[in-house]
Formats: sequence, C-alpha cells, structure tokens
Amino acid sequence: MRRVAVLGGGMTIFRRRLQETGKEMSFEASRMALNEAGLELSDVDSVVLGSAPDAFDGIHLKGENLLDGAGAVGKPYIRVFVGGGTAVFTPIAGWWHVASGLADVCLVVAEEKMSSCFPHPQSAFGHIWDPILDRPLKPNLVWIFAMEMNRYMTVHNVRKEDIARVAVKNKRNALDHPSAQLAADLTVDDVLNSEVMAWPVQRLDISPPSDGASALILASEDVAKKLTDDPVFLAGAGWCIDSTMWTDRDLYFPEYVARAARMAYKMAKIENPRKEIDVAEPYDPFDYKELHHMEGLLLCDKGEAPILTREGVTQRDGDLPTCPSGGLLGVGNPIAATMGIKACEIYWQLAGKAGKRQVPTDPQTGICQAWGDLMQYGSVLIMRRG
Amino acid sequence: MSRPEKPRGVELSSRQLKEGKVMTSRWNPRVKYAWATGEAISRFLEELKKGKLIARKCDSCNRILFPPRMFCEDCFKPTTEWVYIKDTGKIETFSISYLDRDARRIEDPIFVGVISIDGATEKMGIMHYFDEITRDEIHIGMRVRAVWKSEEEREGAITDIRYFRPLKEGEE
Repeated sequence: MRRVAVLGGGMTIFRRRLQETGKEMSFEASRMALNEAGLELSDVDSVVLGSAPDAFDGIHLKGENLLDGAGAVGKPYIRVFVGGGTAVFTPIAGWWHVASGLADVCLVVAEEKMSSCFPHPQSAFGHIWDPILDRPLKPNLVWIFAMEMNRYMTVHNVRKEDIARVAVKNKRNALDHPSAQLAADLTVDDVLNSEVMAWPVQRLDISPPSDGASALILASEDVAKKLTDDPVFLAGAGWCIDSTMWTDRDLYFPEYVARAARMAYKMAKIENPRKEIDVAEPYDPFDYKELHHMEGLLLCDKGEAPILTREGVTQRDGDLPTCPSGGLLGVGNPIAATMGIKACEIYWQLAGKAGKRQVPTDPQTGICQAWGDLMQYGSVLIMRRG
Repeated sequence: MSRPEKPRGVELSSRQLKEGKVMTSRWNPRVKYAWATGEAISRFLEELKKGKLIARKCDSCNRILFPPRMFCEDCFKPTTEWVYIKDTGKIETFSISYLDRDARRIEDPIFVGVISIDGATEKMGIMHYFDEITRDEIHIGMRVRAVWKSEEEREGAITDIRYFRPLKEGEE
C-alpha cells in the first residue's frame, strides 16, 4: 500500500438551514480544500462523496444529484453511506483510492442538507427503524440515545453532571470555530436544567440538525512532497459493524468501535493508544457519546472517560485534548459533513493550522471517529505528521 | 493562518421560510409500502396473535435467538428449531420520552425500553413500552411481564403486547 497524505480541507458554515443547495455547499467546501492544497480540479483523479439518508433531501440518487458540486464530472466517482459513520468512512474510502495506486489525488466531499425535510428531519429518521419490530411503536431517534445513555450511566454509575461537562467543554471550544452553529459559554447547571427530551437526555445534551458540507484532498506521497515540506499522512484506518439486532446486545460498550479502533491501531503500529494519541475527535452527537467513544477507542478504561473529563484531561490544554473543534455539540451535526470537524480538524491540528483551536502540545498523532446506523457502526482514522 | 478560513454559507431563519420571504420549491411524496414479513417474523407475528413469544434455536452455538431468525448471523448456518419462550423478562435499559416520533412535545411521557425475555439467550429481547409504573419505580434490572391485548383485538403485530408491567410480589 502507498502512503497517503492530506493536503487540504474545506467546509461551509454549519447552520440549521442554509440557502445553498447541496450541490452549492459541496462546491464551496471542495473549492476551499483545493485552494488550501494549491491544486485545481484537473489535478484530481477520482472523487469520493459521502452523504447520509436520502430521506432528508427527498432526492434519491443523491450522489448523482450532488456530483457536479463535488467536482466529479467525467471522473471515477462513488458515493458512500454508512449512517452517521459516513463522516469518517468517506475519507477512508478516499484513502484506498490513493493507497491502492488507482489515483494520485482524490477529492473527498461530505454533504448533508437536513433542513429540506420539514417541519423537522426527525420524521425522516423514522424510516431507519425495522418496519415490523420497531416502527409500530412509533419510535423517535432520541430514544436510542436515551436508552444507550441510561445503560452506560447505570453500568458505570456515572453522574449526569460528569456527562454534562462534555457539552459545556465542546460548546465552549466551538466559540473558536468560524463555522459553529451552537457555540456557547454554558455551565453544567445550564445543561442539567435544560428541557428533558427523553430521560436521561436533555436539550443541551444533544447536537442540532444542520446543513453543511466539508471536503479533504488526499494525495500520494510523491504529489505531497512537491507541495509541502511537512505533510500529514493517514496512518491507519478501521471500520466495523455489529448486528442489526440491536435489542440483543449490551449497549454500555461499543465493541464494534473497539474492533474498528484495533484495526486502525494495528495499521498505524500503535501499541499504546493512551500514550501515542496526542489529540482526539471522537463522534459526539450527544455528550455521553464522546465518553462512550473514548472508551470504545481504547483511549481509557471502561467507565474512566467521565473521570478524565472531570479532571480536565480532555480540555484543549489537557493531556488528551478531545473534540478541540467544538464537535457536533458545538459546531453542528450535518451528519456526513461532520467530516469537517472530525477528519478535517485532526488534519488542521496536526498541520498546525487550527488557529485559536490549536492544541498547544505540538501534536504528532491524532485520531478521529464516527458512529452510526442503529447503534452498530464505527469508523476510525488515524493521522500522523511526517 | 487559521483553517477553515472564512467558511461560506447563507443562513435562513424558519421565519423567512414560513413567511415565504425566500424562494422554495415543495413536494409532498405519497409512497406506500407493504412489507412481506419473511419466514421467521411471519411465524413470530402469528404467535403474537395467539399471545405467545417464540424464538429460534441455533444448533451450532446453542443460542436461543430472539427475535427469531432463520439463520444464525454468528455461525452463518440455518437455525433448526422453534422454541416457545416466556412473556416475562428484565428491563435492560429504558427512557422516559417527552417527544413523539416527529419530535413534537408530549405532556404524558412514554415509558419505553429494551426487555430481555426469559427463555431466550441472555440479553436477547425487544423494544417495547412500560406502564403501571412510576418514574421513581422504574429501574434497570426490574422484572416485568407482558400485558396483552384481548384475543379479539390482536392482529399479529408487535403492538399485540400493549406494554410490559412490573411483576407483582410473589409473581414469577
């Protein structure tokens, strides 16, 4: 396999509703990534696009609808979709285009426009449940988070205030992100006193639905060395899915994330992730999910993530800066397009380009992760300088 | 240098949308579906109509699989035997929801969760509602029993069980 470098990233602002179409958002993000890389579309050999359920846009063949904005006209092109896991799986799919030698430069684009489905995209989420076993119970997607969160809290005896600290941290980190939708300076009490949506989930535990797009330029080592002296490389990738029978497993620990992480660590030759990972962007659609995923990524023991959070270890200036971007909780949750605050953020952090969000420890190795489907899918990507 | 630099996008408010101040184009799809329920779940639904829960056994790993399936996803071999299981079980997790399926707020919360069913392999169960229980009483690990619709009302659907209620004292 060839080494694969990251040469540029791009993203739109994230908002509840943007005027731009999916195509237009994809163009803005792609153009920004090409500009940062110092490349033109004619340099791009292949395009990978990620976008989540067609039901939000109300447009099937969504990949085909978006391709003009993703710079894919006349090129090898594929659209990938693995639920919320798309945010980190899309750059993984781009990685294998370059690693295999099929492409020297791959443009990776992630798009989501959730506002088209109104009055609330929650109605579209109804279509993801099993039609016979689950849908007659009229489930709301927040239920699965509430049930998983409750199981996690109960097994490890976690207090809600320790979970709320994640929302406070990420929304505060987002104050430094120019794309942020829900940046705020809040207290733990603000979170604990917010409206109960589905106990134990409260309003400020949740990331918002958003419109947005993001993009990354991946390239072979030869191309990268012509354009930069200090490239950031993709060092490891992993992905894994568990059974659709989600009511048959213990939700307290995401074993499928751990399997994806082990696959990525093996490729990156990382033996002790706790020591070797300098910055992390685990998927945080809900505050407890950051903790759940830190444990899934083997960055700490089971049940230890809330303690590390309480001790400040996961703050931007802590020993393990976690979601320095502001995460989905603070910047927004346009499902696939959260690649901009997961994969793009780790790239910008390692390249020293994160500005006010920059973690101060000169990070060499970073990890990002996304999660989705019916509590069953994990995608993991590790990046490293030089 | 700080990235992303000047990210673009024009935000629209819901008011602008409601008041027709921005250009939109609308579409109300009318698509209907009827799903064939398959070999395993058809039998499961027929048994629900009779007021019973049924599972499938995998001869290879000896798991009693519930909800039932015609193949074991771990061993990847056909399952071999129908096994009746009980209509009692344990609350594995739960939520008290103030949201309906379309994220509208509701006054009377829905108690919902996952129940592992007695007689199936450990942890195997279904999602369902709870009732005859208060917010203070409900807890993970609580033993519960299905409350069924009357025979005439049952139609072969997961909702033939109305909800699960806590076991009463002395009840098994």
